[in-house]
Amino acid sequence: MSTIQPKDRLRPAGAPTPAVQPLYADRQKVYPKAVAGPVRRAKWVVLALCLAAYYIVPWLRWDRGPGAADQAVLVDIANGRLFFFFIEIWPQEVYFLTGLLVLGAIGLFVATSLFGRVWCGFACPQTVWTDLFMWVERQIQGDRNERMRLDKAPWSPSKIRKKVLTHAAWLLIAAATGGAWIMYFNDAPTVTWEVLTGRASLEVYFFFALFSGTTYLLAGWAREQVCTYMCPWPRFQAAMLDENSLVVTYREWRGEPRGKWKEEGIGDCVDCRACVNVCPTGIDIRDGQQLECIGCGLCIDACDDIMTRLERPKGLVAFETLANLAASTAAAKAVPPGAPRLAAGMAARRVPRFIRPRTVLYAALLGAVAAVMLGAFLLREAVTLSVLRDRAPLFVTLSDGSIRNGYTLKIANKGREVTTLVLEIVAPQALHMQVQEGQVMDGNRFAVTTRPDGITQWRVLVTQPDSSPRHESIDITFRLHDSDGRIAASAHSVFLGPKP
Amino acid sequence: MPTKIEKDSLTGTDTTGHEWDGLRELNTPLPKWWLYTFYACIVFAAVYVVVYPAFPFQGATGLTGWIAREAVVDDTRNAQARMAPMMTRIREATPQQIADDPELRGFAIAGGRIAFANNCAGCHGAGGQGAVGGFPSLADDDWIWGGQHEAIRATITHGVRAGESDEERISMMPRFLADGVLTLPQVRDTAEYVLSLAGQATDVAAAGRGAELFTENCAACHGERGEGNRDVGAPRLSDRIWLYGGDKASIVQTIAYSRAGVMPAWGPRLDPAIINMLTVYVHALGGGEN
Repeated sequence: MSTIQPKDRLRPAGAPTPAVQPLYADRQKVYPKAVAGPVRRAKWVVLALCLAAYYIVPWLRWDRGPGAADQAVLVDIANGRLFFFFIEIWPQEVYFLTGLLVLGAIGLFVATSLFGRVWCGFACPQTVWTDLFMWVERQIQGDRNERMRLDKAPWSPSKIRKKVLTHAAWLLIAAATGGAWIMYFNDAPTVTWEVLTGRASLEVYFFFALFSGTTYLLAGWAREQVCTYMCPWPRFQAAMLDENSLVVTYREWRGEPRGKWKEEGIGDCVDCRACVNVCPTGIDIRDGQQLECIGCGLCIDACDDIMTRLERPKGLVAFETLANLAASTAAAKAVPPGAPRLAAGMAARRVPRFIRPRTVLYAALLGAVAAVMLGAFLLREAVTLSVLRDRAPLFVTLSDGSIRNGYTLKIANKGREVTTLVLEIVAPQALHMQVQEGQVMDGNRFAVTTRPDGITQWRVLVTQPDSSPRHESIDITFRLHDSDGRIAASAHSVFLGPKP
Repeated sequence: MPTKIEKDSLTGTDTTGHEWDGLRELNTPLPKWWLYTFYACIVFAAVYVVVYPAFPFQGATGLTGWIAREAVVDDTRNAQARMAPMMTRIREATPQQIADDPELRGFAIAGGRIAFANNCAGCHGAGGQGAVGGFPSLADDDWIWGGQHEAIRATITHGVRAGESDEERISMMPRFLADGVLTLPQVRDTAEYVLSLAGQATDVAAAGRGAELFTENCAACHGERGEGNRDVGAPRLSDRIWLYGGDKASIVQTIAYSRAGVMPAWGPRLDPAIINMLTVYVHALGGGEN
């Protein structure tokens, strides 16, 4: 066991030995209590929407014509295509995916600077699945107190039945989760049938097991430890928050000093620990802002319920900005003893400033990245051309003394139709082009037919007559025109010859 | 020297019982997960040694009998079985038929590139660029024995002057100086005339003297104006491509002592399908004739 070593040499002789403190604390298992209220309802709605989207999206169909995948959202690894409704992305355009991730990150910045950790508390998969697992646990093992009793109780047939049932249900949900994940990478109906009949590939079973296993582990066992110890987001989200962000806050000025109800000179907090009991990360919101707090707001529902029963106004715990909290605290302090502090404190609050340099900057960044991505997408070329120059030999001398270079042209046609394009060469001096298997049009222009949704390869030989002035290197451009004469794509290369 | 195992008062941890000059070592064992992973590795190793070939001796195969070499042989056999229908079609087609069928052509060029790298590139270069000194470029438009599909296939199959086939490409240029046919000045004059055929002569008088010598001694094979003759493998002399160098000294050397390149016959060495693939590949390098 690791321990902190006390610094003996710094301790005066005869001083008492300091207590040894272990470096690691054991996990205190959290037994969150069920709670009802508007925040809880909002969380159920978000949970339902997220799960519905996750499970339904792979089953949506999208007609892309014959021979193409008809799944609306599909990452087709084998064929190197990413389908997203009307968008189809090739592997070399993976920067669109990067852009989406950048957008997601900045979106998170905006949301956090305005409303605190709403992502963590409501929409993060870890929160959604943990919520679902806790609901299952509650249905089978009962609420907080019953679960605590059950865990303390010796093993009995009833306890075994409940535990087995819980884990079986968890594993079932986990399997459904891992199962839906692989549907994003394979045709959903086909892969479902293959998995169920045992005919899917080893890869499919591996990822099915991997994502099922991690779901079971993270949502069933690890839970709040994922947020506290594994996730990097809580570590730097404080950098997005300021005193004008809405965060889950305990109104200390109103609640303290906490104590028994109806005693004289006592705040509104009756120290019932309802807020602590419902917390999914097991913290006490009355201790102030904490790393562990995921901002789910269940403590608000719990406290409001107690306040209603005590016939006190709601909102002892609330979504509140730290600026308002400070203003209320100052106002409440100024009230003479005996006078009502509540009204004075609440009156000092201001409407939160949502428009601030920080939020404007994040929103502007979000807009800029979105605009760049949209522009890149709209200007995306349906046809691209790349040129690979022969390296061996660099050039060939022909019998009449002319010089010839060889090139391999790759034409990627991202469309769904066979397209015939006209290939021409642009150079500072007359070069003769010859396309193997190409169809000569007139002079130096060739008609090349490209296959749809694929790459067509052409071998091109370019010859410089013996009479032309010799250069070691000439810049040339290959150009593709479409049927309307517009330039569909072009690519630069060089024509090499012997030293003059 | 082992001493008594005791509890350390400061940390509450047991000592190992070892003491060196008054220093005692705390017993802080490995984490359990680490230890059990280590034990699992030992068990795995023991099982592996029994099941798989683990000793460098012939016949030490392990219980499963699995051998890496056999796995490779299996893979190769499977790959060949997959290719077999295509190889049969290529074996039975003529190179021209292969070149005309896009599917066969693509397969032949892909396979031909590999076969060329394995068998031909040593002399002819990676892209068939050849080298001065008797290794002809296969990418240009100059052919010694013919550049049509059938001619290329015949050259590959039977070789050149290797004595390995009855149908090999063979011809022998006389050693004009060494065998006493011409004197050294005559050889020099002839060389000057040969240069003039490609418009590169510098000594007009010498070239004029060489013209008659050329007609008497060289034209029978190389043609009146040095246009060459592929039937006897006599290279064209009126072009800009020189197999053994196009400077005067090289040409004098060639006339005086003759040249004779050798290429093995590949017919007995390679599958006819591979030879067809090589033919189509070489033809497509840029100089193929129809």
